Amino acid sequence: MHPIRKQRLQLVILLVVASTVVVGLIAYMLGQNANYFYTPAQIASGEAPKGVYIRAGGMVIDGSVERSAESLAVQFEVSDGISNLLVQYSGILPDLFAEGEAAIASGVLDENQVLQATEVLAKHDEKYTPPEVADAMNQAYKLKQESAQ
Amino acid sequence: MGSGRDWTWFHRLGSPRWFYETTGRWLPLLWAVTLALLVVGLVWGLLYAPQDAKQGNSFRIIYLHVPVSFLALAGYYIMAIAGAVGLIWKMKLSYMVMKSAAPLGAALTFLALFTGAVWGKPTWGTYWVWDARITSMLILLFLYLGVLALQYAFHSQDTGNKASAMLALVGTVNIPIIYKSVDWWYTLHQPATIKLTSAPSMHPDMFKPLLVMILAMYCFYALVLILNTRVEILQRERKTGWVRDLARQADTGPDNQ
Repeated sequence: MHPIRKQRLQLVILLVVASTVVVGLIAYMLGQNANYFYTPAQIASGEAPKGVYIRAGGMVIDGSVERSAESLAVQFEVSDGISNLLVQYSGILPDLFAEGEAAIASGVLDENQVLQATEVLAKHDEKYTPPEVADAMNQAYKLKQESAQ
Repeated sequence: MGSGRDWTWFHRLGSPRWFYETTGRWLPLLWAVTLALLVVGLVWGLLYAPQDAKQGNSFRIIYLHVPVSFLALAGYYIMAIAGAVGLIWKMKLSYMVMKSAAPLGAALTFLALFTGAVWGKPTWGTYWVWDARITSMLILLFLYLGVLALQYAFHSQDTGNKASAMLALVGTVNIPIIYKSVDWWYTLHQPATIKLTSAPSMHPDMFKPLLVMILAMYCFYALVLILNTRVEILQRERKTGWVRDLARQADTGPDNQ
């Protein structure tokens, strides 16, 4: 390769490496500070600030969803496997919101460690299955549980 | 490296006229393959693939969303590498490819964001969240638009080419960030369904049409990139003899050669 071209190739590589290092360091610093997301365990241990807008989430606990008969008010508990967090919300829940699925609530923590949410989003996992296959898997799971008893 | 290694083949590859004439012969075949794959993939995915147990039919947007997102990312590397080749070897054709990749990449990135928003509303409950995946995709859109804008920001084409190539190269940092964002940060966007190291977490009946659509999108990308580059060649080489000859032939009527 011509020496001038070789020098230009080195400059191009230097440009890419240098910008990668700079952006990497910035992202690393931001990652330490910009954690608006808290797990139920972090909230239980008092890590999350009160009266400030935060995001929290986890699995919606089976049987914890209570809907009001007169209004859109709803409350449910989410868990990260360590602690539980009670969420109160008034509004329409997304289609994929369900017990046993992941949900993310945004809002403000009150004195009783209850999250007063202004927005509830459902988190979808990366798995896709046809309904028949999902039914068959559920049935197989039930049969296995029954035979274990 | 400095020894008598012969690079003339590489420089011949960079001739706009050679590119124009060679791709002209490939185009009919590429058109046929692209259209066939697109029709098969879309009909199979949208009509015959089973629906998802939780999302119902709304999951079918994956057959557009995932292929356009793939090419939005892969196309950025094509643009950046073309820019690097232009900077190092001063190859005119390479800069033309870089410029042609910019609007195409911007359109694909916009489509990825748009189809994601349409799917996000019923699934997540919102069109938009500022999570790491979606925000880094928005930055990708601005990078593509920036590379395109720099092409028009200077009087001299050469300065514009160099500036565009620099921005394209610096922006490559963003691609691994987009790809790994769902693993590095807590995002609302789910992690990847299709992984290099393990089987896809998707039923084969749903996955096969997706593979066809990804292949179709690669062909579509190649086709549009070649068409864009051919227009760019004619525009930038308009003063050369062979382009004038082409124009003269087109004026005097079709000439079957």
